[in-house]
Amino acid sequence: MRSSVENMKPVFVRPKSLSDKKFTYCPGCHHGLITRILAQVIDELGIQERTVMVAPVGCAVFAYEWFRCDGVQAAHGRAAAVATGIKRVRPDLVVISYQGDGDLAAIGLAETIHAANRGEKISVIFVNNQIYGMTGGQMAPTTLVGQHATSCPEGRNPQEAGYPIRMAELLATLEAPVYVARLALFDPKHVLETTKAVRKALTYQVQGKGYSFVEILANCPTGWRMSPVQANKHIAAVVTKAFPLGEFVDKG
Amino acid sequence: MPKGTAVIDRERCKGCGVCLATCPFGVLEFTGEFNSSGYPVAQMAHPEKCTGCGLCALVCPDVAIEVHREEKVAA
Ligand SMILES: Cc1ncc(C[n+]2csc(CCOP(=O)(O)OP(=O)(O)O)c2C)c(N)n1
Ligand code: SF4
Ligand code: SF4
Repeated sequence: MRSSVENMKPVFVRPKSLSDKKFTYCPGCHHGLITRILAQVIDELGIQERTVMVAPVGCAVFAYEWFRCDGVQAAHGRAAAVATGIKRVRPDLVVISYQGDGDLAAIGLAETIHAANRGEKISVIFVNNQIYGMTGGQMAPTTLVGQHATSCPEGRNPQEAGYPIRMAELLATLEAPVYVARLALFDPKHVLETTKAVRKALTYQVQGKGYSFVEILANCPTGWRMSPVQANKHIAAVVTKAFPLGEFVDKG
Repeated sequence: MPKGTAVIDRERCKGCGVCLATCPFGVLEFTGEFNSSGYPVAQMAHPEKCTGCGLCALVCPDVAIEVHREEKVAA
């Protein structure tokens, strides 16, 4: 029997909180997937009218463009500080900072830790792709030991550059955060788990509970010099060994 | 098996191939077509095999896929 979309039920449609603009990300890049997940959760919670997206410096510099909600673009690394200001002045808003690992864990490490330690009632989405994507693939604080990058062509040497920094575990030692978790996106099951974690983080903010941090192991096929499918397999097989998945704090 | 269909927005597709690798039924393929940005476009090469599971849409980084499925007919 032939059938058309008309007599079918939608299983997956474009979230309403996404704008019509095409993403500027490379083919296969998880930034796009994370953007879609955020938009879907914003739809589900009905918070589009009061959500503010704080975009970083990095490949996600236009993050505010992809959403049909308000947005600000912060100076490099300062997204959590900018989000703090917005949330303190307008506690009725849902304030999300969206940041890469160079942004959040290198230049913005102080802002990141102190916002978490103060328990600012914001949600931080941390895109850990183990590299500086936008600037051409330099080493990040999260780059794996032995991983090649343009600024460590022989591979990251821990004697010189230290070890990959585990932000979720680090923030989990603080008293204030209400939710700290690390997720991944390498298959549909993990995409759904990430969606659940983002839903939890935003729900806790809506309920006024406090600071939440969702670290997402993402790919950067371009910076890693891998195909998107290879890059996703690499996350499953290698990256999750260095950065274990899980919920480290859940005080909901 | 339920019957479904994946509607691919060819101008949003960047030819990353993640949907092809994810579809459990081998529905999607690159068939040599390119969009105006020069990316190869994923196509429903075997529409009869689609169950409307939605997994391709779930993993597409460019939100280029919408999936629909036939309603279950009451027995
Ligand atoms: C103050 C300042 N220092 C340095 C830069 C250059 N810069 C632009 S993006 C970036 C790093 C981005 O990496 P990451 O945060 O990991 O994000 P990704 O691009 O990988 O998503 C740097 C160092 C800048 N724009 N501003
Ligand atoms: S450089 Fe990497 S992080 Fe940036 S858009 Fe491309 S794949 Fe994504
Ligand atoms: S996952 Fe999306 S962007 Fe990638 S090939 Fe499939 S439809 Fe195109």
